[in-house]
Amino acid sequence: MKAYLFFALLCGAALRAPAGEPVFESGAPAAPLGKIDGFVFAALRQKGVEPARLCSDAVFVRRVYLDVIGTLPTAEEARQFLDDPSPQKRSALIDRLLQRDEFADYWGMKWGDLLRVKSEFPVNLWPNAAQAYDRWIRTALRQNMPITQFARELLTASGSNFRSPAVNFYRSAGSHDPQALARAAALTFLGERTERWPEAKRAAFAVFFSQVGFKATGEWKEEIVTFKGVDERISSKTKTTFPDGTRVSLLPGKDPREVFAGWLLASPSSPLARVTVNRIWYWLLGRGIVQEPDDFRPGNPPSHPELLAWLAQELADSHDDLKHIYRLILNSRTYQLSSLPSAHPGGPADFAAYPVRRLDAEVLIDALDQVTGTTEEYSSMTPEPFTWIPPEKRSIALPDGSISSAFLDLFGRPPRDTGLLSERNNRPTAAQRLHLLNSTHIRTKLSQGGTLRALFRTAGSPEKAVTPLYLTILSRTPSPEEEATFKAYLQSAEAKGENALTDLAWALVNNTEFLYRH
Amino acid sequence: MSSFFFGRPVSRRSILRCGALATAGLLFGKRFAFAEAAAAAAPQAKAKAVIQIWLWGGPSHLDTFDPKPDAGYDYCGPLNKPIPTNVDGMVIGELLPLLARQADKYSLLRGMTHGNNGHETAAYMVQTGHAEGDRLVYPSMGAVISLLKGYESGYHGMVPPYIVLTQPQGRFSEAGFLGPRYKPFATGGDPAKQPFAVQGIVAEGISTRRQQERRDLLHHLDTLGNALGGDTVLAEFHQSEETAYDMILGEGSKLFDLSQEGQPMRDWYGMNTFGQSCLAARRLVERGVRFITINSNGWDTHKENFQAMRRKVPELDKGLAALLQDLASRGLLESTIVWVSGEFGRTPKVQWEAPWNGGRGHWGKAFSALIAGGGFRGGQVVGATDARGEEVRERPVYPWDLLGSMYQQLGIDPDSPFPRMSDPAIRITQAPGPTVPSGGRLKEIM
Repeated sequence: MKAYLFFALLCGAALRAPAGEPVFESGAPAAPLGKIDGFVFAALRQKGVEPARLCSDAVFVRRVYLDVIGTLPTAEEARQFLDDPSPQKRSALIDRLLQRDEFADYWGMKWGDLLRVKSEFPVNLWPNAAQAYDRWIRTALRQNMPITQFARELLTASGSNFRSPAVNFYRSAGSHDPQALARAAALTFLGERTERWPEAKRAAFAVFFSQVGFKATGEWKEEIVTFKGVDERISSKTKTTFPDGTRVSLLPGKDPREVFAGWLLASPSSPLARVTVNRIWYWLLGRGIVQEPDDFRPGNPPSHPELLAWLAQELADSHDDLKHIYRLILNSRTYQLSSLPSAHPGGPADFAAYPVRRLDAEVLIDALDQVTGTTEEYSSMTPEPFTWIPPEKRSIALPDGSISSAFLDLFGRPPRDTGLLSERNNRPTAAQRLHLLNSTHIRTKLSQGGTLRALFRTAGSPEKAVTPLYLTILSRTPSPEEEATFKAYLQSAEAKGENALTDLAWALVNNTEFLYRH
Repeated sequence: MSSFFFGRPVSRRSILRCGALATAGLLFGKRFAFAEAAAAAAPQAKAKAVIQIWLWGGPSHLDTFDPKPDAGYDYCGPLNKPIPTNVDGMVIGELLPLLARQADKYSLLRGMTHGNNGHETAAYMVQTGHAEGDRLVYPSMGAVISLLKGYESGYHGMVPPYIVLTQPQGRFSEAGFLGPRYKPFATGGDPAKQPFAVQGIVAEGISTRRQQERRDLLHHLDTLGNALGGDTVLAEFHQSEETAYDMILGEGSKLFDLSQEGQPMRDWYGMNTFGQSCLAARRLVERGVRFITINSNGWDTHKENFQAMRRKVPELDKGLAALLQDLASRGLLESTIVWVSGEFGRTPKVQWEAPWNGGRGHWGKAFSALIAGGGFRGGQVVGATDARGEEVRERPVYPWDLLGSMYQQLGIDPDSPFPRMSDPAIRITQAPGPTVPSGGRLKEIM
């Protein structure tokens, strides 16, 4: 027995050690391609850091679906991409994904975190206002609204929380105090935390928001956000200061929010473009060029200043076309590097390999639903017509941070209380692991999900189900070693037939490759 | 050797595990230091663990710990014959005869008050020790304990440090601003059934052999995880799997197997969900778990209060009396606080009319709590209400007074700032002030 075990150990190690590379990497060493790679690879050379190889097509198709639309490719989509002989297939796929409806769903979720789209405590937008706000954000993203227009509407909107959805930006600050409104504006558009500012700068900035008024109406939970108009404190010429230190006079009768928006959208020293491209970089590559992306300040310089400046200029030159920035980054070699580090790997700020990151809670449950063919139930503390969610609704499309499920809470969905990116908690815990490995919730999905049942039946035999199962769950075909491993399982394990296949599906969804972006 | 199906690549994995542990140590290093700093200034710990028995909905204080036999039928209904206890002068509701014989082990706080009649807000105050109205959502006491006394502060238990038997309170976010990491582990299942199907730990219909075999299958098919080897991001992930399997296949699952106690022991606690939860709680305390909440539902007796009392109070009596006696005989009561309370009391005046038919409404002005062990003296009655149980007459105890006293017994300074927050005004328990009254800590029984 001992001898057998020893032999098996050797075999296992020998089989597995080289298996990773052909699955996850393409043969070619990565060479710089465009401007982005120029900046990143030059810095790598200088530091003696060697970039990872390019990722394989199988890794790319899964990565780009998850990163661009927060959704797994179906088995059919994965196979089509893998079988496509065109050398341009990666950029063609990027273009297709940027046009998908799920693009707005997924990025609406990310922006919803920043903009605190939540009906209950402590944000208290109320359910129908939260939904109006969410719909407005997702429509803007679907139409690729220029970021300058997006910022202007959020900053200067007036009207009812139900009918002028952008006014909810001010209502979601958690307080009507000008300092709180200023904090939200600085975090969202300047990427700065006013807590870190000197008191005088904070006070000066709050002046821009001192004339925002909030009025109740006769309709239940309706609230009008207005410019309060002439205030005696601003009746004569009041001076205040823009965040870059320039002095400005506020004229009576002119909404100070407009004055600030004018500076933000026109001033050459406005950080809006840099903050915007840095956030997209952070979302796609797991780390900002300025990190944290909501903590811009002199003591926290960018790792690649020229790259940041160039991307910001590209945004301006493309007339604020956000999808242009996505396209630039997604087509770069830097983005398409494998996650297996080289022998001289460098640190996370070098961008020498694609960083592995656990799937966001919403993306993960949607992926589990998709591969098994099941749905979830979501609910809000305030049951009312606006918080009823039809079962086919995906988690990335949930319109309100107060509508949730135990799974989403367990896996660290952000509470949307502060708008800070760090609210999203993707750190693994033992409770999460228990849930995935052994809970009734996941076991029921695997043993009763329609997609898996159909796949098992059509395949005819357990052996024939392996490839479709790999394509469905991991978006790739199995390696010969993996097929051999499952064959051995079929022969000797307690679980037989469909139970053995369920075990395979279970092993694949509990895999690093399924649970992590890579 | 757990593997009898595959030769598992043991050496590589165990190296990886060592790496994982070391990295986890590094990650937690900073917070560890926080906890140590808090501990340095802290009072000496008398208690190690807390069993919180939460009577969700708000139990009637007149029918349990604060009887008012002289108030008349409109207040007492049929329950007007309180009984003496084994402590001279201390009386208790007539539905609690077994607890009456254990009164030397616990004290009754009859001056509990906060004045709020809403379930959510009242539960928030009593479970966090903070007044309402702050923009921050504070964590419950259990979440605070799992931060300060949990894995990151030297806890090595097999199961998580904060456990809820059996269902979490849907209307209350236990972890508050600490985030999901500090949420309790809710067992699910029913401890009065065999097996006690603890969520995630005990999977009905999957044999131990199959569990082990598919774990091996998972390791062999984790092609990316194996190729990434010692990636530091994955270290915590691998560690979480190890911890999870300690519970599924290791000691953790035995911990919840109440059949190991034998039937006489189980009968002593009562073969119902509440009684068996008390027994499970005792087993958890023996294994070093820091904070256990037993959520008992059904105390929101707007209608037919007395029928509900006759149904529920005897279960409470049997399970709690057995728990106190059992903990004491095992020498565990000295180091374990047992705390019994709901979010408020109930209207002393009975609503006899339809549709209530002898019901009681919410009453935040006055209610009772029971506290035992962990350095608190037993056999004492602290505070008193008026003749009808409507107002606190003597020695009010606010939620922050009670939680502050418990924190102190656990060696945590309740006045200290919260470890992870930059603002020193964010404290473990509420600071009394002009709008926040206080009766002070429970010095008389500490």
